[in-house]
Amino acid sequence: MQEQHTRDPGAPADPGRRAFLASGAAIAVTGSALIHAGEAWGMEVKNLKPETMQTLIRMARDIYPHDRLSDRYYAVAVKGYDEKAGSDPATKKMIEDGVAALNAAAKKKYGVPYAQVGWEAQRVALLKEQQKTKFFQTVRSNLVVGLYNQKEVWPLFGYEGESASKGCYINRGFNDIAWL
Amino acid sequence: MAKFDLNDDSVVVVVGSGAGGGTLATELALKGVKVVCLEAGKRHEIEDFVNDEWASFAQLAWADMRTTSGSWRVSRDFPNLPAWIVKAVGGSTVHWAGASLRFQEHEFKTRTVYGDVKGANLLDWPITLAELEPWYAKAEDRMGVTRTNGIAGLPGNNNFKVLEAGATKVGCKEVHTGRMAINSAPRDGRGSCQQIGFCFQGCKSGAKWSTLYAEIPKGEATGKLEVRPESYVVRIEHDATGKVTGVVYHDASGQMQRQKARIVAVAGNSIESPRLLLNSESSKYPDGLANSSGQVGRNYMRHMTGSVYGVFEKPVRMWRGTTMAGIVRDEAGHDPKRGFVGGYELETLSLGLPFMAAFLDPGSWGREFTTALDSYENMAGMWIVGEDMPQGKNRITLDKNAKDKYGLPVANVYFDDHPNDAAMRSHAYAKGTAIYDAVGATRTFPTTPYPSTHNLGTNRMSEKPRDGVVNKYGQAHDVKNLFVSDGSQFTTGGAENPTLTIVALALRQADYIADQMSKNIV
Repeated sequence: MQEQHTRDPGAPADPGRRAFLASGAAIAVTGSALIHAGEAWGMEVKNLKPETMQTLIRMARDIYPHDRLSDRYYAVAVKGYDEKAGSDPATKKMIEDGVAALNAAAKKKYGVPYAQVGWEAQRVALLKEQQKTKFFQTVRSNLVVGLYNQKEVWPLFGYEGESASKGCYINRGFNDIAWL
Repeated sequence: MAKFDLNDDSVVVVVGSGAGGGTLATELALKGVKVVCLEAGKRHEIEDFVNDEWASFAQLAWADMRTTSGSWRVSRDFPNLPAWIVKAVGGSTVHWAGASLRFQEHEFKTRTVYGDVKGANLLDWPITLAELEPWYAKAEDRMGVTRTNGIAGLPGNNNFKVLEAGATKVGCKEVHTGRMAINSAPRDGRGSCQQIGFCFQGCKSGAKWSTLYAEIPKGEATGKLEVRPESYVVRIEHDATGKVTGVVYHDASGQMQRQKARIVAVAGNSIESPRLLLNSESSKYPDGLANSSGQVGRNYMRHMTGSVYGVFEKPVRMWRGTTMAGIVRDEAGHDPKRGFVGGYELETLSLGLPFMAAFLDPGSWGREFTTALDSYENMAGMWIVGEDMPQGKNRITLDKNAKDKYGLPVANVYFDDHPNDAAMRSHAYAKGTAIYDAVGATRTFPTTPYPSTHNLGTNRMSEKPRDGVVNKYGQAHDVKNLFVSDGSQFTTGGAENPTLTIVALALRQADYIADQMSKNIV
């Protein structure tokens, strides 16, 4: 993922895109890129449809929602599917077909693709219908490592990670609990 | 360092270098016996260990293919990871927590004390606590177990303090920082615990006892012990009389080798040891080596386990310091009034965030799950370890459909809880929850058992050859120069973490083997 320091290089201009942004989805599709204006990052999508990656990011948050984590961590957790889709047609098909099925279910019930369904509870209900599929199971199980093994997210949960090179905890609070 | 010839048939071959194999190999070498120790894994030293759960798992865990069956949840969530154990020199003493508890007297005679428990294949051990006590004492001294030999207990960390406060409030009397093979002060050339917090990932200070650095180098220094890492034993061979003659193994380059031996001792853990015996079948031993009883692979035990995590209003930071930092022993005894036989221990445990995400409730998702992790910093955790019932149907078999890279059938691990295990677990969940509730937990999580760390019983000791695989010295009933030296020889599992008992048995076995060799009996 590339950091995007200027707010607006490829910002969408057409009314459809504006309407899409106004609908509340934080990530916009521009050509083959995803743009997250709020968090100021962009992501090139090379092998999957960009809308597919956009959906995967939404889906990742709906599976493991942590309100204190920004979308960037979920994007990092699923971006590997784009790389894998370049070399593995079976993965590409499973992801594209899975997202298409999810969108079809969303359109049937709410008239919009999955990522634009407004309420988390509604999206979660859609995911529950899909949770036995290989697509869902693959995305969910890979997220366990893909999301929670990002060292950058650990501090947001208070987890301190490696300690041996930092002097361990012998003098850094292994027994500092004061509220008991 | 010794180097023995492949055709030297005067050596003792020890398969595995963990608590059983590493100790046996070292003790034999110290007695002047020539030993070749074949270890399937690599040799990683202390400086190689990493404070990173998944990276360490990739470095140390036994990840070779295994399959599972039975009704246990591990088979659903982790179908190819029945056990979390180590493939490296030092075996699972690299990642063990260090808890070093003696079995209780009644746990050596469960058939007599518990009676005929329906569905359980209970059997008294062919040895008593009194017989093992001198060996326990020797093991405790050797491993530097705290609260023995005048060694002070470790200081309690935050996780322990929560456990201690809650347990005390609900009336528990035996609550302390454990009997741990972790130095509370420098001893035996190793430093004291630095409260690193990654005990499961290999102790980077060396304060925790492991055969990797606390035993094997002493054996090697005698010039009598050769450890060959990356040596994967696939078969034990025998002659026309039925005596074993050596082992066939694949070396680091994948080359097949044959090491001759006067004695073979198997210590590859309760999954691989029976697999090796079963894979060593021959026209003379069509059901596998040492298996005239049909008990090889049966009676697989994994301890009744589970965890309880509690969330509190304020931070605990349970990951700081010793992973298994303390114990509650009040429920360890046998008290059938509770609705089950045998007992259990409660011991603090913590997982880092990555493993907590993987093991808190495998497969679950959504806010019920993620709000638990949101409170990670405010969590305290304990592990339940109790005696589970041996059952003939719980067993290691050879999987006809799955082969390893050498073309040999892999182990399939079948497990069902016994009703006694389930009743004990319910009791323990309630107790653990009460302990945390007593100090203000706002939410508690009774957590499903992890992949097995205590694998026991699949080559069990028995007085009579028809009831088990080995005698009271771990010597195969069927083949006198074949020994089993790991936890698979346990007749029953007890409530205690098994390593101390494995080490005590290995020291005792070394004495027996050296004696039998000197008298030319084996």
